Amino acid sequence: MSFDLNFIGILIGAIMASSVPLILAASGELITERSGVLNLGVEGMMIIGAISGFALMVISDNLFLAVIGSMTSGLIISIIFGVLTQSLLTNHVATGLALTIFGIGMSAMIGKNFVGIPGKEFPLLFVNLKENIPFLGPILFGHSVILYFAFLLPFLTNYFLKKTKIGLIIRAVGDSPTSASNQGINVILVRYSCILYGGAMCGLAGAYLSLIYTPQWIENMTGGRGWIALALVVFATWSPIKVLIGALIFGGITISQLHMQAVGLRIPVQLLSALPYIMTIIVLVVISRDSRKIKLNTPTSLGQIFYKEK
Amino acid sequence: MIKIEKRNDVSPSIYFLTPILAIFLTLFGGGIIFFVLGFNPLEALKFFFITPISDLYGFSELLVKATPLCLIAIGLSFCFKSNNWNIGAEGQLIFGGIVGGGVALLFYGHDGFYVLPIIILAGAIGGMIFAMIPAVLKTYFNTNEILVSLMLVYVAKLLLDYLVVGPWSNPEGFNFPETRQFSESARMPTLFDGLRIHAGIFITLITVFLSWLILYKTYLGFQIKVSGLSLKTAKYAGYKGKTMIIIVFMISGACAGLAGVGEITGPIGQLHRNISPDYGFTAIIVAFLGRLNPVGIIFASLIVALTYLGAETAQIFLQVPKYTGQVFQGMILFFLLGSDYLLFFKIKFLGLKKNEL
Amino acid sequence: MYKNFLRYIISVLFFLGVSGQANADFKVGFVYVGPTGDHGWTYQHDEGRKAVEAAGIKTTYVESVPEGADAERVIRQLAQSGHDLIFTTSFGYMDPTNKVAKDFPNVKFEHATGYKREHSNVSTYSARFYEGRTLLGHMAGKMTKTNVIGYIASFPIPEVIRGINAMTLAAQKVNPDIKTKIVWVFTWYDPGKESEAAQALIDQGADVIMQHTDSTAPVQVAEKAGVWSFGQASDMQRFAPKSILTSIIDDWAPYYVERSIAARDGTWKQQDTWHGLKEGMVAMAPYNSAMGSDLVKEVEQLQKDLASGKTHSFTGPIYDQKGNILVAEGSVADDGMLAGMNVYVKGVEGDIPQ
Repeated sequence: MSFDLNFIGILIGAIMASSVPLILAASGELITERSGVLNLGVEGMMIIGAISGFALMVISDNLFLAVIGSMTSGLIISIIFGVLTQSLLTNHVATGLALTIFGIGMSAMIGKNFVGIPGKEFPLLFVNLKENIPFLGPILFGHSVILYFAFLLPFLTNYFLKKTKIGLIIRAVGDSPTSASNQGINVILVRYSCILYGGAMCGLAGAYLSLIYTPQWIENMTGGRGWIALALVVFATWSPIKVLIGALIFGGITISQLHMQAVGLRIPVQLLSALPYIMTIIVLVVISRDSRKIKLNTPTSLGQIFYKEK
Repeated sequence: MIKIEKRNDVSPSIYFLTPILAIFLTLFGGGIIFFVLGFNPLEALKFFFITPISDLYGFSELLVKATPLCLIAIGLSFCFKSNNWNIGAEGQLIFGGIVGGGVALLFYGHDGFYVLPIIILAGAIGGMIFAMIPAVLKTYFNTNEILVSLMLVYVAKLLLDYLVVGPWSNPEGFNFPETRQFSESARMPTLFDGLRIHAGIFITLITVFLSWLILYKTYLGFQIKVSGLSLKTAKYAGYKGKTMIIIVFMISGACAGLAGVGEITGPIGQLHRNISPDYGFTAIIVAFLGRLNPVGIIFASLIVALTYLGAETAQIFLQVPKYTGQVFQGMILFFLLGSDYLLFFKIKFLGLKKNEL
Repeated sequence: MYKNFLRYIISVLFFLGVSGQANADFKVGFVYVGPTGDHGWTYQHDEGRKAVEAAGIKTTYVESVPEGADAERVIRQLAQSGHDLIFTTSFGYMDPTNKVAKDFPNVKFEHATGYKREHSNVSTYSARFYEGRTLLGHMAGKMTKTNVIGYIASFPIPEVIRGINAMTLAAQKVNPDIKTKIVWVFTWYDPGKESEAAQALIDQGADVIMQHTDSTAPVQVAEKAGVWSFGQASDMQRFAPKSILTSIIDDWAPYYVERSIAARDGTWKQQDTWHGLKEGMVAMAPYNSAMGSDLVKEVEQLQKDLASGKTHSFTGPIYDQKGNILVAEGSVADDGMLAGMNVYVKGVEGDIPQ
């Protein structure tokens, strides 16, 4: 029995590791969306973060710099989106898609010289404890600092949105930009900040992939995780804590599917992989039909262009 | 000083000039990128935009590539004009391909003139049904159509994956993830010997014409446009919101489904995992570049199709990396959307006042 | 009538195109399914191309060409723009390659991993990677302590099934207790998914893992987990210096150089090539000394025997999962059977996904 319990611990640890990029990107996008901005460029910002982080690691041989750099470059590329949607009032959906297409192309261009270089070992914390404590060890210990940050982030985000003044402002802007503006809030400034924050978090999510999860640069290495992160925000009904739970469910589906195969069960892999998307649609239907539930967390002005007559 | 003012009316000339401005800005930006990558910008641009269509075959290929893009974009224009953000055309294309392809496999070995029309119809219905999911959910459950249609893209992709790997894979195909090659009777006839341009282009052209007719000559078209401008005015015009949302999604889905079935019965000839190189997403660029106008979309689809061909030619002749095509597509949309600002705002250059210095 | 006229115009255009380049150098074109930056399948083909270039022959490549409607155009463009020999390096290019070959009888075509040679100017080629898998099986059988070997598989095509079977047969020979656990990822190339599959197999008790996918992710996971692993397609030693026992290397260079020179000198003939260890199309990276010098010697001997034909990867008696005989005692599987292999041998667990 102790072995079984330990095995479950290992399983949970693996699910946690796989959910990190989803949590980071989704938490960032969540803030962006709560301010009323829909940025479909998550995949593009993630892949830019992945290549910049890896490139900086190779050039500087400094992991700290690489992580900071990936966040900075995610932030920089999100400026394009900010300028277009906030200052030039472009359509959020189209701009976000363009950002993704652009980001994938750009990352391949930058990455050309970084193919086939092995990554550096990223330090893992409390490795001893992981091996010596059954069940809880593999869950709680032996992870990278970014994983701990990712699991803390939803709680911080929750506190930030609910308890701080800035959080309140962001929500006000997302729910009704016009009335927020009438109260003297600079809607555009708030939205710009949220977009840049989202970009930085997506960049970090990319860096987790290229520096820790699969430490190397390969073209297209995000493999659609940005889109899953977008789904996750909706699945979580714009609530940070549920982002965490959703990411574990999404990750759990993938990982348990692989384990079922390994023990010889025959399962329709592709249909299982479609589950997160189908579940997201179902959640969307359930929350949307009840207008009270929508008002709870859904930013009412999501994706709408705001223009203040001067 | 510069002063920015909101325009009250949009002049038609600026409306159609901004896409051209965007294209020029993209060419300029592209030239800079080529220069940075160490290529002669003018030469690279020539291989990118002129060489691909300098012979008859290339021109035919341009049309082959533009056919699905134009078709999907036309469908999307109905949605976008009425403020319905269907961004799942890729999924509708794939589902249309799945349904059409399923029928084609059903008719495997059958001859007869009726086979192809049935397949085409099945594809259109497939796309239509798939597009109705976000539409019905939006109208009856108030869900966000952007997110639902986007999620469904991945559902369709994985379903196609499942079918071609498993139940529909070619029984003589050594388990390769693909179906049988469809029978001749299930293939789009090509128009000329030696060229791949196929009858699908007529479907596209007819659709463009019908769309123009609907959008500009019918009451439905009027309603669609009005509802996109303002919901209040639309209600005065006797607008029935729910029905119209479903109708525009159905039109859009049918177009995407037709594009899918056109690809699998045209140049591909079977179902496999990559029946579309993201045409459904690229068509969103086309729709915007074409200003949601049927004629504009025709030109836009040709230009965007050219970025695909150009990326190949530039690589063959100059070894310009393939991904520059994607960078171009991203840039063209950035510039286009950005230059739209000129549509709605006037920039006035006023003389500097002394006290501002 | 108009069709004839068009045909005339097209042929004139083609003629102009071809004659314009008649004096130009001999050129070889390559069509890749992935980016040259995948560090796997496409990367190795591009290494082969570089060898051709090094032999003084001009080359061109087009990367990331989807196996859909676009492939035919790219192949045709290469043919039309004066390339004399064109390598199309993915199974999905089979039909487009043959289609274009029909219209360009003077251009030579080489299609990797396919079986259709509909015109005299189309050759096919592939490598006997299963010979490498036999060596991997031998090492895995000897090195495993848990008797569980983890295998990450891409698609249930004969090529992949053959690898699983060859590996299992060789491992069973040295260790009758081994079990092969298989995870299908249904992709050739997705580092995240491959690494999750590797981790799942390790968590399921596998202490040797191998993969029939392209990225280096599985060996990196193995390195971290402290289990044995093998590189795929290229030498991946530097990605997992402790964990990798060896890599199966797809070495297309000698074949590409040979065929390019043959085409240039006019001695190119249609053929179906299936080369292995003997010809060097399948090569093994240096063996990791961590497995002990005795085992290294054994494996080196086995490699020699496979190359010389003294040993065959599929030597009878071989049974399928139900115990039916596939290859009788004393005989070896013929190429026809190998090419169409779609059943597991006895000892592999689970079913082939259908």
